[in-house]
Amino acid sequence: MPEQIPAAHERKAISLFQGDIVRRALLDSLKKLDPRVQVRNPVMFVVEICSVITTVTWLIQAFGGKPLGGGSEPAWYTFVIAVWLWLTVIFANMAEAFAEGRGRAQADTLRSMRKDTVAQMRDGSSKAAAELTRGDIVVVPAGELIPGDGTVIEGIATVDESAITGESAPVIRESGGDRSAVTGGTRVTSDRIEVEITQEPGHSFLDRMIALVEGAERRKTPNEVALNILLAALTLIFMIVVVTLRPFGLFAGTSISETTLIALLVALIPTTIGALLSAIGIAGMDRLVRRNVLALSGRAVEASGDVDVLLLDKTGTITIGNRLASEFIPMPGVAESELAEVAQLASLADETPEGRSIVVLAKQYGIREHDMASIQAEFVPFTAQTRMSGVDYDGHQLRKGAGDSIVDMVIREGGAAPPELQQQLDRIGREGGTPLAVSRDTQIVGVVYLKDTIKEGMKARFDQLRAMGIKTVMVTGDNRLTAAKIAEESGVDDFLSEATPERKLALIREQQADGRLVAMTGDGTNDAPALAQADVGVAMNTGTQAAREAGNMVDLDSNPTKLIEIVEVGKQLLITRGALTTFSIANDVAKYFAILPAVFIGTYAVGGAGSGSKGPLHVLNVMGLGSPRSAIVSAIIFNAIVIPLLIPLSLRGVRYRPIGASALLRRNLLIYGLGGIIAPFIGIKLIDLIVHNLLGA
Amino acid sequence: MTFAGWLTIVLFVGMLSALAFPLGTYMAKVYSGERVFLTPVFGWPERFIYKLLRVDSRREQDWKAYARSLLIFSLAGWLLLYLVLRTQDAFFVPHSVNPQGFESAPWNVTFNTVSSFVTNTNWQFYSGETTMSYLSQMIGLTVQNWLSAGVGIVVAVALVRGIVSRSGKSLGNFWQDIVRTILYVLAPISIIGAIVLVSQGVIANFSNYLTVHTVTGLTQTIAMGPTASQLSIKMLGTNGGGFFNVNSAHPFENPTGFTNFFEMLLVLIIPAALVFMFGRMTGNRRQGYAIYGTMMLMFLGAVVVAYVAEAHGSPAQHAAGLHTHAIAGSTGGNLEGKEQRFGIAGSALFDVVTTVTSCGAVNSAIESFTGIGGAVPFANLSASEVIFGGVGTGLYSILLYVLLAVFIGGLMVGRTPEWLGKKLEAREIKLAGLGILITPLAALFATALAVATKGGRASISELGKGPQGFSESFYAYLSQANNNGSAFAGYTGFIQPNAGNAGSHGVTFADVLGGLVMLFARYGPILFALAVAGALAGKRITPVGLGTMRTDNPTFAVLLIGVVILVGALTFFPALLLGPVVQGLTGHLY
Repeated sequence: MPEQIPAAHERKAISLFQGDIVRRALLDSLKKLDPRVQVRNPVMFVVEICSVITTVTWLIQAFGGKPLGGGSEPAWYTFVIAVWLWLTVIFANMAEAFAEGRGRAQADTLRSMRKDTVAQMRDGSSKAAAELTRGDIVVVPAGELIPGDGTVIEGIATVDESAITGESAPVIRESGGDRSAVTGGTRVTSDRIEVEITQEPGHSFLDRMIALVEGAERRKTPNEVALNILLAALTLIFMIVVVTLRPFGLFAGTSISETTLIALLVALIPTTIGALLSAIGIAGMDRLVRRNVLALSGRAVEASGDVDVLLLDKTGTITIGNRLASEFIPMPGVAESELAEVAQLASLADETPEGRSIVVLAKQYGIREHDMASIQAEFVPFTAQTRMSGVDYDGHQLRKGAGDSIVDMVIREGGAAPPELQQQLDRIGREGGTPLAVSRDTQIVGVVYLKDTIKEGMKARFDQLRAMGIKTVMVTGDNRLTAAKIAEESGVDDFLSEATPERKLALIREQQADGRLVAMTGDGTNDAPALAQADVGVAMNTGTQAAREAGNMVDLDSNPTKLIEIVEVGKQLLITRGALTTFSIANDVAKYFAILPAVFIGTYAVGGAGSGSKGPLHVLNVMGLGSPRSAIVSAIIFNAIVIPLLIPLSLRGVRYRPIGASALLRRNLLIYGLGGIIAPFIGIKLIDLIVHNLLGA
Repeated sequence: MTFAGWLTIVLFVGMLSALAFPLGTYMAKVYSGERVFLTPVFGWPERFIYKLLRVDSRREQDWKAYARSLLIFSLAGWLLLYLVLRTQDAFFVPHSVNPQGFESAPWNVTFNTVSSFVTNTNWQFYSGETTMSYLSQMIGLTVQNWLSAGVGIVVAVALVRGIVSRSGKSLGNFWQDIVRTILYVLAPISIIGAIVLVSQGVIANFSNYLTVHTVTGLTQTIAMGPTASQLSIKMLGTNGGGFFNVNSAHPFENPTGFTNFFEMLLVLIIPAALVFMFGRMTGNRRQGYAIYGTMMLMFLGAVVVAYVAEAHGSPAQHAAGLHTHAIAGSTGGNLEGKEQRFGIAGSALFDVVTTVTSCGAVNSAIESFTGIGGAVPFANLSASEVIFGGVGTGLYSILLYVLLAVFIGGLMVGRTPEWLGKKLEAREIKLAGLGILITPLAALFATALAVATKGGRASISELGKGPQGFSESFYAYLSQANNNGSAFAGYTGFIQPNAGNAGSHGVTFADVLGGLVMLFARYGPILFALAVAGALAGKRITPVGLGTMRTDNPTFAVLLIGVVILVGALTFFPALLLGPVVQGLTGHLY
């Protein structure tokens, strides 16, 4: 019996405040106080240095010494500031630890699947799964775990992939075609397959997945680097402001203690975004994982927010994918039943839904079912080059396929296409259907009308994408007319008809040359070059190993519509960064109004700075804060606790609305800009009410 | 406040916009190498100058080569000016160009003055009519009035080229740009300007100073000199260094209400035109309109505050029960330190025009403004020259702010930030951040040094201790760091006991610190702006879509104003508290 492996769906349920995650996060946030960790985040590193200096000052004061840098602040004040500065750093660490914690819980689940199995080699020997290398060929019978990632080279089997995808229904994996990839750690539930291993030891899909969700391979994305530089520059500006404030104060007869200057510095530098920045990045990856998408780099997530062009496969994405035969249209001189019979025979070996639907439709014409084996027909499979399939039966070549391919073949063989054919092909194409021409030797006997159904809600989805500024291009093997009809019905912006892998690649290159970022999904081996070329290439997990390696994301659900969600996650990630940066900077206004009047309350007072009377600048205490010390302490407390308060937002992400860039900017400026100016006035005032009472001063 | 006052302001804004627009188009053509109506006139001298300088004007320069040429050009100008000023009384200088026989000012004052004029600051510790010979004014200071303005403009042009360039790393050719700026842009307007000014009574002569007997029976010396030619470029190049000590309050520099209006137009015409030029060169004029709107909005805000505050009069006037409203023959309001011929509107507007730009000319005493009125020039300087700003300086400074605004705003629409189709990455943010950082860094550190040391406090009078002394010191270094050059008065760097250079001495601390601040805060941002241009040049351009943040609409203008005010205000807020704010909040005199 297979072990009880938690399915991926359960991963979605991992809550932010699950007990052990919280414990681990708390512990980690203390471990991260290590300056070697902190130095990677310039803003928080400055806060940590400030915490150390304040703590040293307090220790000196506690042992009866004079505080560093003068001033007459009591020891308890220095202590309170020191504590809250340390808390600021710890809160920042906690944000990161929480984000990592969720990923780590998922990694643990995955790790439990990585069993040390013994692989059975084709030559009969056996080898430990961990030692398998590229090129090894293993045999996996029903009931066994597949020992490593690979490609099925022989056989067909059902495989339970629920451990990775969360989908409980087993999937079919077979040699050849686009469903040949198998993942190590999944289980064969029926039949027996031979698998050629495509991974090196320790680099399996599962290993990569674990590393990714754990954040072990996390590197700063380009935009994160740029934002960090901006934050460092702002930190530098405020250091200049604070350092020069001491001589300014002295000139005005006011000695500002070093603890207060440090408090001012920490309040002004963008600690909020500095603390949450890496958590936002990790959470972005995490949100994708919860949608069952594995991004192979943070860069890819970021890029997905920038996507300008989306290439969508028509089949399965825009249409339901099962084009069903609905009508037989014979050519002049051919009976409808004759056409039905030829079409049926040509489709006998065709296991695609289209092929089966022809057989089903033919039954209605009273054509009895033939059995391939009993009639000794030779199957001619579909290839991308011939673009037709059929059987050689009883000395006849029976073929069905794309109109132009059949016509070409017939003409090549010395036949001719009836003039009615083109009319019918065009008509069906115009109506959004797919015509299949059917031929017997050099005679075209008729056309099968395949109807394609567009998925519900696609038009709304495309409108949404258009509002996001993303152009959608439908990619289809259909001819121009058919493609145009479906494009029009579904509301897609553009289409690429009669697509071949080369044309797909060329289209991507062309868009990129114009400076556009292209995203696409794909599964087949011949999609691999295009997937590699696209800026965001989402490979379907059901696809071939080549496709999975070419893309920079893997969709475990193999759902082509997922691309839209991926783009949203990318955008959310960037918006959250921008919004919290704006919020962080806007906060400074209130902090100035809290701290500066407190610092300069006695400056230029009528009786002199030391007289205890208030100077002219006390009128700037617009919040009516209790006392200078409670004002400064309240500002620092606000600065610290805003970080944990915003952790949920940074992990969840600011919601993205497809309302156009200008409206979105207006909205976010209002919420995070204006809100960022107003919120701390209220927050600091409320904290001061408590602090001032506690201090009793 | 009077109807005429408001009318002046409205008329000024209207005329400025109407004139700047075609000039912007013209300049875009000049810098794109298109043929303009002046090409037949200046084409020949242009080629002659290239031959003379032995430069290949067609050689394309990347940002480093461009910067190198610019620095060499400026260094040569610096050395030449120093030489001219230090030898103004040398044996080979004819008497006719130094009729008063002025000796040279000491080295420290000269260091400050030379740095000041080369950096387009025109901060003046000296007073023109008691320090400079006519030759020094003409071939020394006036020449730098032209050249420093040209340098500012070409940096802006190079940055715009970098922003819009689709391929290659070239920013153009410095020598070609500077020659074209002088010939096609500065010369025609400056010549017309000088003629207009002379027609209004501005003097232009080499005569000895006149001694006249006043009606009260005393004698008075009236300074003379070749004023008009320097005055015209002083305004047009946003230089602001007066021929005479009292600058544009002097009747020979600014004789009538009309010249006042005309001079203000000269100050803003190029900074405003450059914004339109930017729009045209990006291929989307709306890009220019958005920035113009941003600047104009902040400008009008400053004008309204200054005008209303000054027209309202000072607290002291109200306390004394004096009339402050307009009556026949007087505009009313706070007229202390103002010229009756300009009135309140003409003074308040002039003050704003010259402090938003790097001009720094004054036609009234800023020190005598009311608390709020006096805070306006402080606020303008705190915005770091982005409200029109100096010629060229204004455009390249605000474009650095635009870059930051785009970066923050761009994230908020859910894309990695892009500006005019170009992705903003770590390199651009680093360079722009540093470029913006330099002015506050220089201003705040210099002020801190000045107020904390004995050497620095030597420049403020004994009476000026307290917030007034702080305001003077802070304004002095804020002004020099912004390459503005206007002064809050009172801050001294040159003492001339005999009203001449004989026996005079400079305050080395203030002279040298100020000089260094001006050089650092001029060439630092220039180098960073050129480096940004280099980083952006040749970047791949992403076409604009619905999801792209637009930089040509009112929403962006609001964001830009927010960034300018937040960065400016947040940086200087504490210092402003201890100077003008304290003074504005108390009736107590210091």
